[in-house]
Amino acid sequence: MALDGQKTAYKYIGTTPNRPDGLDKVTGRARYGADISVPGMLHGAVVRSPHAHAKIVKIDATKALAMEGVKAVITRADFPEGLEGEDWDIQENCMAGEKALYDGHAVAAVAATSPLVARDAAKAIEVTYEILPHVTDVDEAMKEGAPVIREGAADFSVPEGLHPNVVRYFDSGRGDLDKGFAEADLIIERSFTTEAAHQGYIEPHACLGQMGADNRGELWVCTQGHWFMRRMSTAVLGIETTNIRVTPSEIGGGFGGKTTVFIEPLSLALSRKAGGKPVKMVMSRNEVLRATGPTASASMDVKMGMTKDGRITAAHGTFRMQGGAFAGAPVDVTTMLAFANYDIEHVHHIGYDVITNRPRQAAYRAPGAPMAAFATESVIDELCRELGLDPIDTRLKNAAKEGTRATFGPKYGPIGFMETLEAAKAHPNYSEPLGPNQGRGVASGYWMNWGGETSASVAISEDGSVTVSVGTPDIGGSRASMALMAAEAFGIPYENVRVNISDTGALGVNEPTHGSRATYASGLATIRAAEECIGKMCKRAADKWGIDPEAVVWEDGCAKPSGPNAGEFPPMTIAEIAGEMGGTGGPISGHYEDSPAGFSGSFGTHVVDVEVDPETGRTTILRYLVVQDAGKAIHPAYVEGQFQGGAAQGIGWALNEEYIYGEDGRLQNPVFLDYRVPVASDLPMIDTVIVEVPNPGHPYGVRGVGETGITPPLPAVANAVRDATGKRICKLPLRPSRVLAAIQGKEV
Amino acid sequence: MNYHSPSSFEEASAIAAQAGGTTRFLAGGTDVLVQLRADIVTPDDLIDIKHIPGVKEIARTDGGGWRIGVAVAGAEMTECAELCADWPGVVEGMDLIGSTQVQGRATLVGNLCNGSPAADAVPGMIAAGCTVTVTGPEGTREVAVEDIPTGPGKTALAKGELITAVTIPARGENGGDAYLRFIPRTEMDIAVVGCAVNLRLDGDTITEARVSLGAVAPTALLVEEAAQAIIGTTLDDAALDALAAAASAACNPIDDKRGTIEFRTHVAGVLARRAAKIAYARAKGENA
Ligand SMILES: Cc1cc2nc3c(=O)[nH]c(=O)nc-3n(C[C@H](O)[C@H](O)[C@H](O)COP(=O)(O)OP(=O)(O)OC[C@H]3O[C@@H](n4cnc5c(N)ncnc54)[C@H](O)[C@@H]3O)c2cc1C
Repeated sequence: MALDGQKTAYKYIGTTPNRPDGLDKVTGRARYGADISVPGMLHGAVVRSPHAHAKIVKIDATKALAMEGVKAVITRADFPEGLEGEDWDIQENCMAGEKALYDGHAVAAVAATSPLVARDAAKAIEVTYEILPHVTDVDEAMKEGAPVIREGAADFSVPEGLHPNVVRYFDSGRGDLDKGFAEADLIIERSFTTEAAHQGYIEPHACLGQMGADNRGELWVCTQGHWFMRRMSTAVLGIETTNIRVTPSEIGGGFGGKTTVFIEPLSLALSRKAGGKPVKMVMSRNEVLRATGPTASASMDVKMGMTKDGRITAAHGTFRMQGGAFAGAPVDVTTMLAFANYDIEHVHHIGYDVITNRPRQAAYRAPGAPMAAFATESVIDELCRELGLDPIDTRLKNAAKEGTRATFGPKYGPIGFMETLEAAKAHPNYSEPLGPNQGRGVASGYWMNWGGETSASVAISEDGSVTVSVGTPDIGGSRASMALMAAEAFGIPYENVRVNISDTGALGVNEPTHGSRATYASGLATIRAAEECIGKMCKRAADKWGIDPEAVVWEDGCAKPSGPNAGEFPPMTIAEIAGEMGGTGGPISGHYEDSPAGFSGSFGTHVVDVEVDPETGRTTILRYLVVQDAGKAIHPAYVEGQFQGGAAQGIGWALNEEYIYGEDGRLQNPVFLDYRVPVASDLPMIDTVIVEVPNPGHPYGVRGVGETGITPPLPAVANAVRDATGKRICKLPLRPSRVLAAIQGKEV
Repeated sequence: MNYHSPSSFEEASAIAAQAGGTTRFLAGGTDVLVQLRADIVTPDDLIDIKHIPGVKEIARTDGGGWRIGVAVAGAEMTECAELCADWPGVVEGMDLIGSTQVQGRATLVGNLCNGSPAADAVPGMIAAGCTVTVTGPEGTREVAVEDIPTGPGKTALAKGELITAVTIPARGENGGDAYLRFIPRTEMDIAVVGCAVNLRLDGDTITEARVSLGAVAPTALLVEEAAQAIIGTTLDDAALDALAAAASAACNPIDDKRGTIEFRTHVAGVLARRAAKIAYARAKGENA
């Protein structure tokens, strides 16, 4: 598809060179959060509540402070009062105030001369609790008589008469549901639940903070967004944003979970209290699972109507989600995206954001979308089965396309949903014969993507190589993609571009690498900043040749006269212009900043084959296909990596990952042995097809691809298990005991 | 914490006998060091037994069986072709433990003495009829593997006692063994149920059998009724049904995050059937 003003023939885009950070990573040279050490550094440790809900009566640090090597102890008393809104939530989550709100909630922290002393000192801090009744389940938390987590936490949106734990309420839709359902030949309504799942990044949170009595300092940290880190950390400490400079480390995974703060403000507060000595803090896996953000858990009712020939006539969904002890479960997004794949006239969504005694949820890859997809794509699968319709043809019949008014309001521009369905149907996996106890599942998903505040610079070096500075941490190969886009814009080899992730002191505000925005937004800024450099270089050449700058064009890394009329001059290479730039006007650089609004969503369709052991209920993934629209794949191998990673995480969420709470409200499985992410041998090679329907809002057509991939796996796997066993299971995860019980005809 | 590196079992025993607080022997350390780091058990005395002569040896006994040293790692057993040919079930129980890295350290005796009801190497040893040599202040004795664990985290070893070797009996003719475990994933998981079957044939008929279950009771079980269900049979469907029923009946599991009572009890029967079929095929000389 050719688009006005959009390039369609590329020299570098679409190639798959090695990532610039690859060698560092495989040789151990890359520095992650815990790799930063400085002389005189102290080590921090956190005291965490063992109770799900408890009043903090007293914190006695006398014994800890008397220990040799202990330099500082902090509690909530070391933080300012009077914060409001989300700032208060973040502060309360980083360090409990009057009450511990979940198992793992920080109540005090200590800094000492070694990690062991810090750990022992943390154990020596005596906290007296008065245990309160707790609730961890979303449906229980809404019931009359459920323990109240916090009075007055609800906002204006919540109708009267609901439990105080319901803190936000969403209601949206259009059309006439009664009319829509009346047009249906078949109506199916089901209730679903999904459990909280953790992002499961391999690198635990780690930072080194240093701050003096003047409240100025530095933070070196593993994060997806260092401006967010700066804003939130300084808000928690009640100081000005620019007092702290934040430098991001390499990052060993985040998936949304590293877009907020946990230990970082504590390291700064400990440092200040310890006379400005730097304080390093590294979480254990236990702390990561208990105290950082998993995603929300959900309880949902979805009702859809369909005609005999497969047209969806109406859809209704009620979504209840808990995201821990604070408002913020992404139920707003869940309601937005629940039916967004389809062109439906009559649609209605209701959402409840509920607080419970669990850790504060954090973003996780397409926050809110996978749960909704599980419910709606399961119901569509049931409708197709009962009406004897092909699941892909039925989706094609209802698919949103350019011009469709989305169920959440706006009209779609050019999108690639139909293309993903057609490619899935044509793929050999879709016609592979199935054996006994095997089943096939199809599901689709969507993520709307994001632009966000973006600031980037490009500088020409003396030898004609190029440095790109962006503010979005590289979490999935984005430095390679930025380098490819800069190489394309300049017409110079990929190897001649170096991409840096700059600290907060070097660029304007950048939102994190979240919302699938980095390749889109930082990429766009990189291209625009490169174009500014190109303009300046054309001007230098024009000055030298004594012609108009307009008479100079840029091609293949050279300034050239635009035609015979402009004059006869040999092309000047970027290296030649750069080599003399000191004498022709000084350094050459370009800069671009924007909150680009031309982002466009990505649709995906997955096809999975499973085999279910009828005697044990254990599910094996036999084949897995991801088809997704990338707009334009800058570096196809990393696009495929995103597809495969999303699928792997979604399969884990579907099959075995879950937060398990005991009667006492404590997390039972804060260890990877029992929090079961898929291991490599659990998964087949995940097949991919990259669909490219260019996004007109990006010079090269890029859409974000990071998040959509986790949306279809939950229903795709459940639909395949249904196909293999004849049982529709509406609760995740599909752990063997649950599947076996369903096979045995028991209620699950 | 005191670290000791004795050069004989007698010395190791003497140190353990005199130690005051919590004592641990350090074999591969894949339980001990993990528990130390996770703040579960911090020993006062850590007695490293890897420097005692002979602990890394795999040797034939006079009667044609095997003696496995207490510091022999899983990977070394898997690499011993003759041992694998004799006792594939014993070796596969050990081989299932952990990852490649863990396999380079983990030992049979560490797995046994850690006392986990779900320990993967234990049912295979019990089914094979393995014994261990125990040395302590009162002298040396030979104990059946099934008599070592007494409950989760507990063993029959008295203060100052330690195990000096594992003895696997001679394989003999027409025998076969197998171990299977159920886990939700494919590796790096704890057995929800484990089952080992060891049997001997005369023609097509089973003449001897031992069946052991793991993770379904406070200790690994030797299930006599399950063995009786298949002795004298050709492992026909009726025998398999009886075996599964006996295995399920022997279960006394807990409900926990890893599996429910109902699920464990059912799957014990399923695994007993499957393990028996593999052991039977192996006894017939088939590759299974
Ligand atoms: C990542 C990982 C995965 C694992 N996966 C599994 C698994 O799948 N299945 C499984 O069963 N286990 C598993 N384990 C647990 C562990 O690896 C096994 O139990 C292993 O066999 C222990 O052996 P070791 O030599 O490392 O024991 P150590 O840790 O050295 O010792 C364990 C215990 O045995 C005692 N002990 C050791 N030697 C003697 C002796 N000679 N006499 C008396 N007492 C002694 C020690 O005092 C200690 O209490 C895993 C562990 C890890 C870290």
